[in-house]
Amino acid sequence: MTGSDRTILLRGVRPLGRTPVDLRVAGGRIAEIAPRLEPDGAEVIDGAEQILLPGLVDLHTHLREPGREDTETVATGSAAAALGGFTAVHAMANTDPVADTAEIVEQVHKLGEQAGLVDVRPVGAVSAGLAGQRLAELGNMARSAARVRVFSDDGRCVADSRLLRRALEYLKPFDAVLAQHAQDPRLADGSACAHEGELSGRLGLPGWPAVAEAGIIARDVMLAEHVGGRLHVCHVSTAESVEVLRWAKQRGIDVTAEVTPHHLLLTCDLLAGYDPVYKVNPPLRPEEDVQALRAALADGTIDAVATDHAPHAPQDKDHAFADAAFGMLGLQTALGVVIETMLRPGHLDWAGLADRMSVRPAVIGRLTGHGRPLAVGEPANLTLVAAEQDWLVVPQALASIATNTPYAGRRLPGPVTATLLRGRLTARDGRLVGREGLA
Amino acid sequence: MNRHLLSAADLSAEQALQILDSAEQMDAIQQREVKKLPALRGRTVVNLFFEDSTRTRSSFEIAGKWLSADVINVSAKGSSVSKGESLRDTALTVAALGVDAIVVRHSASGAVQRVAGWVDAHVINAGDGTHEHPTQALLDAFSLRRRLGELAGRHVVIVGDLTHSRVARSNVLLLRTLGAQVTLVAPPTLMPSGVSSWDCETSWDLDATLAGKVAGDVDAVMMLRVQRERMGGGAAGGGVGYFPTEREYAIGYGLSPARLALLPEHAPVLHPGPMNRGLEISSLAADSDRSLVLAQVRAGVAVRMAVLYHVVAGADRAAAPIPAEVNA
Repeated sequence: MTGSDRTILLRGVRPLGRTPVDLRVAGGRIAEIAPRLEPDGAEVIDGAEQILLPGLVDLHTHLREPGREDTETVATGSAAAALGGFTAVHAMANTDPVADTAEIVEQVHKLGEQAGLVDVRPVGAVSAGLAGQRLAELGNMARSAARVRVFSDDGRCVADSRLLRRALEYLKPFDAVLAQHAQDPRLADGSACAHEGELSGRLGLPGWPAVAEAGIIARDVMLAEHVGGRLHVCHVSTAESVEVLRWAKQRGIDVTAEVTPHHLLLTCDLLAGYDPVYKVNPPLRPEEDVQALRAALADGTIDAVATDHAPHAPQDKDHAFADAAFGMLGLQTALGVVIETMLRPGHLDWAGLADRMSVRPAVIGRLTGHGRPLAVGEPANLTLVAAEQDWLVVPQALASIATNTPYAGRRLPGPVTATLLRGRLTARDGRLVGREGLA
Repeated sequence: MNRHLLSAADLSAEQALQILDSAEQMDAIQQREVKKLPALRGRTVVNLFFEDSTRTRSSFEIAGKWLSADVINVSAKGSSVSKGESLRDTALTVAALGVDAIVVRHSASGAVQRVAGWVDAHVINAGDGTHEHPTQALLDAFSLRRRLGELAGRHVVIVGDLTHSRVARSNVLLLRTLGAQVTLVAPPTLMPSGVSSWDCETSWDLDATLAGKVAGDVDAVMMLRVQRERMGGGAAGGGVGYFPTEREYAIGYGLSPARLALLPEHAPVLHPGPMNRGLEISSLAADSDRSLVLAQVRAGVAVRMAVLYHVVAGADRAAAPIPAEVNA
C-alpha cells in the first residue's frame, strides 16, 4: 500500500538544511510542519539529521524509448530518476522515431504515467526528424496531452539562423522554451570529440573548440532578444560561454542555461587513456572551465543543473574513442556530484542547491507542482538526503539498463534516503517502493 | 622491454638504442642468403589492419616471417563499426585464436591502446589515426643514424601536415628521447593545437628554417605527405581546405630544388611515403643521393624484426641478447 492516501511522517528532517522539524504528508501534500508531531497511524520515516529538499527536476534526460529499449526504457529511467532523488524529468526528443509529433510525445508521457515513479515531461523536437530543415509540429505537441513546454534538437544544434528565429517566434504563444545544443557544426562537426587544446593535439583526437559553443550562444541570445523568445542553453561547458550568458542576462535577455554534473567535476585530462566512458558532447573541458562553471552556477548565471543522462550499450562504447557514442549516465549520481562540487566547497548552501536542481528547472520547464517551497499545502514532491554519508557507485547496481557511468568505484556524498512523488514514496534507502520487478 | 609498443614515448633512450642496435644486426642478416632466424619459432603474430596499408603491413609480415613466426594477416577494414561489431569483440576474437602478438593499424586515434587493454597478447602499434606510428619513427631514426651517426645534438626539421600526422608525433617523441633537436614547419592551419607546448621548435617559414635562421643549422629534413583526402572538398577538410591550392602549398612548403640547395651538404631528405611528387617534394629532391626514401623502406623490415624480437621474444627478459645464430 503506497497510495497517496497513506500519511507519512518525516521525523527530524532539516528543510533546506535548517532546524530539524517533523513534517506530515497527507493527501499528496505537505499537511503539517511542527517541531514535534505524533504519528497518528502514519508511516514514520526517521530522517534525523537528514536534509529535506523539494524533489529534484531534470531538464535534460535521455530515456531512449522508443527506439533503444536495450539501453534504457521510460520505466528504468524513471527508476534511476526516483533513486537519484528526482520527481520530474524532461525526456529528450532524440528517440527513434523522433519525438516530433503529438503522437510520440503523448506515448512517452503515457509510458511515464504507467511507470509512475516521476513525472516524465517529453521534450519535443524543434525540427522535423531533428534534421534542422523545417519546423516540427510545435503547436500540436504543446497542445497535446503531454503539454510540451521544452523543445530541443538536442544532440544537434539548430544551426540555421532562419530556422532558429522562426522557432523562437513560433513558440511564444505557448510560453515554451527552445533548448539549444550550442555547437557550431562548421567549427565542431560530428567527428569533434575532444576539447580542442594541447591534449587533443597530442592525442590526435578531432578538436571541439570552445568558440564553437560560445559563438552559437552569442548569436542565439541576440536572436532571442530580437524576437522576444525564450531561449535555454543546454549543457554549457566553457568559461567563454559563461561570459556571453552573463552579458546577455545583464542586458535583460530572456535566456537560461544549464550545466551537467560531469562538467562540474571531470576534466579533459581523463581522455588521455582514450576511454570512451569519458566521451560526452560537449566534451570534458580543462580545469579553468570547470571552475568558471562552478562560479557561474553559484552566482546564478547558470540557472540549473541538468544531467544529460545518456545511456549507451557496451557495443556502442567498446570502440576506438572517435567511433564510440557520446554520453554518460547521470540520474543517480547527479546529486552526489553537486554536493561534492558545489555544496561542500561552499559555492552553494542547501537552499541554493534546491534552487538550481529543483526550483529553477521547474520554472524553465513551466512545470507546476515541482520546485515548490517546503510549506504546508504544497504538493509533497520531496527528496530526503543523508548528507553526511556517502555511497559507492557500482555500475551494475544502478537502475539503468546501461552501465556507462564515469564514476564506477568512486564514493559520492549524500545518498538519497527517500523520494516522494505527490506524497507517495517512490524510493526508500536505495530501493524502489512498490515497484518490485522493475530494472 | 615493455609488454607492448604503443607509443614512441614508451621507449627510454636505452631501449630505443637497443632496438636500433638490434636492427643493425637484423639488417646484416638480410644480406645473407638464408635470412631466417629462429627467434620467434612457434609464435604467432597477427597483423590486424583496420585501415589499408601496403608497406607497413608487408614489412611487418616479412619481419615476422624472417624471425620464423607464423604470420597471419587479418584485414578488418570495415569489420568494426560498419558491420556492427565492436572493436572489443574484434580484438577478443583475434586474441582467442591464441596469438602471441597483434600488430594493429586503425584509422582512429587511441584504438590500439584500447586493444592493448583488452587482450593478453603483446600489442604493437602500426599506426593509430592521427596519433602515433612508433615503428615508423624507429625506422626513420635508424635511417638517420646510418647517415649521420649518433643523433644526440642533431637538428631534424619535419615539414608538412602535422595536424594529421602520426609520423610526426612519434618522431618528435623519439628524436627528443634520443637527444636530437626538432623543428616543426607548417602553415598555421596544419599545426596541431597546443603544439607550442611540445618539446620542439615550430615555424611557419620553411626557407628561414632550412637556412638555419630559426633554430640553427639543419642536419636532416623530413617531408610529410600531404593527405590530399583531408585537404579540401572532402568532408574532413570541411569543404574549405587547409590551404588555398596545391600550387600555393608547393610554393610555400614543398622541397623544391632551390630549397634542397639551402640544406647543408651532409643533410639527408626523408619521406615516409607514399610521396606526392611535385607537391610536398620535388622529383629532384626525392631522387637525389640525399634522399633516404628507399633506405627508409628497407630499414622498415630490420627495425620491425627488432621490435618484434624485443617486444615479443624478449618481453619477459630484462635484456634480450640476440641468439647466437644471429651473430654467426
